[in-house]
Amino acid sequence: MRSARQHKWALAVAVLAVLWAQTAFAHVEKSEAAGFLTGFRHPIAGLDHVLAMVAVGLWGAQLGAPAIWVLPIAFPMLMAVGGMLGLMGVPIPGIEYGIAASAILLGTAVAFEVRPALVVAALLVGVFALFHGHAHGTELPPGQSALLYSMGFVIATGCLHALGIGIGAVHRWTWGQKLLRAAGAAVAAGGVFFMWKALV
Amino acid sequence: MKGVRASRLQTCVIVTLSVALCSEPAEAHLNSTGVGPLYDGLMHFLMSPEDLVPALALALLAGLRGAAYGRRALFTLPAAWLLGSLFGLTAAATNGSAVLSSFWFLLLGGLVVADANLSLRVMTVLAVLLGLVHGYLNGTGMGQSGFAVVAVIGLASAVFVLTALTAAFVVQLRVPWTRIAVRVAGSWIVASGLLILGWSLRGS
Repeated sequence: MRSARQHKWALAVAVLAVLWAQTAFAHVEKSEAAGFLTGFRHPIAGLDHVLAMVAVGLWGAQLGAPAIWVLPIAFPMLMAVGGMLGLMGVPIPGIEYGIAASAILLGTAVAFEVRPALVVAALLVGVFALFHGHAHGTELPPGQSALLYSMGFVIATGCLHALGIGIGAVHRWTWGQKLLRAAGAAVAAGGVFFMWKALV
Repeated sequence: MKGVRASRLQTCVIVTLSVALCSEPAEAHLNSTGVGPLYDGLMHFLMSPEDLVPALALALLAGLRGAAYGRRALFTLPAAWLLGSLFGLTAAATNGSAVLSSFWFLLLGGLVVADANLSLRVMTVLAVLLGLVHGYLNGTGMGQSGFAVVAVIGLASAVFVLTALTAAFVVQLRVPWTRIAVRVAGSWIVASGLLILGWSLRGS
């Protein structure tokens, strides 16, 4: 009697497991889609990139118009120049230091709510973008679409800026301004950690 | 009473089985409908970023400039694309150059970023040139069969739909930050163009 009930349960569980089966995803990603996804994941996978790019959005949100849109426009374009230099074999010394320094300085700018002239802010962001672009541009895995890889990491970078701007929307409230400055300090601290890792 | 119900059930089962057995082929597959090449052309455009992105950039630009520009792009770009493809059908297969792709990315993306105040005539020239060049490259190597012509129609239809949806979407944007978001998208196109140029220079 007990055995029959156990069999029923086992059957029910087996049927449910079969019906709830998920897609296997057994195939290896390759070709075009893989190129886009690899590019898209590249900036997101590295916390040092994430910190700097979110900080650009945060700083833009703090500075307000027109910096809020000039900085996210300047960054991808100069990042692409950096990527292009890397592809052409033009070396930029101290890439890792530059990336860590970008998090430190941009985080500090957010933490102290530094308000330089727009040109200075754009130049600072643009110089750091060169380092990030150089790092991205030289790491296309073989056999993948260069165009989609490039588009993937440009779009991911833009999404990270948008995330920063979205978080920066809290700047309109007093508590939000304090929160943003704390977030800037956290970014700078992350930058110090990555600088330490690069130096050691 | 039970007998009547059983008889009805039997009749119902027989009718259902008869209908199921007498069903005609669905002919849902594209090779039987004859519109397969149309979808081939349509999907070729949608799956080729080197064609899709410049067309998208032109539609964004037209949308930023206003409804008149959008209408002009809507009819000029697909028509030029169709014409270019038809010319291309007579040519031998050729690969588009990456430098040419990057040129269109940089030019049209740059104009979107700058929200350039182009005249309607200049935008029309841009649309015609883009359509002719990319259409020609799409058309080459397709052969001269009837299928190729149908595929070319699919291509032009996809360009039309993309231009219509994108330009109409941008034209109705009124909140300032949404227009800025479009310009930011233009900067992504420029950045992609620079990187394509980098890849091509590395390759050469």
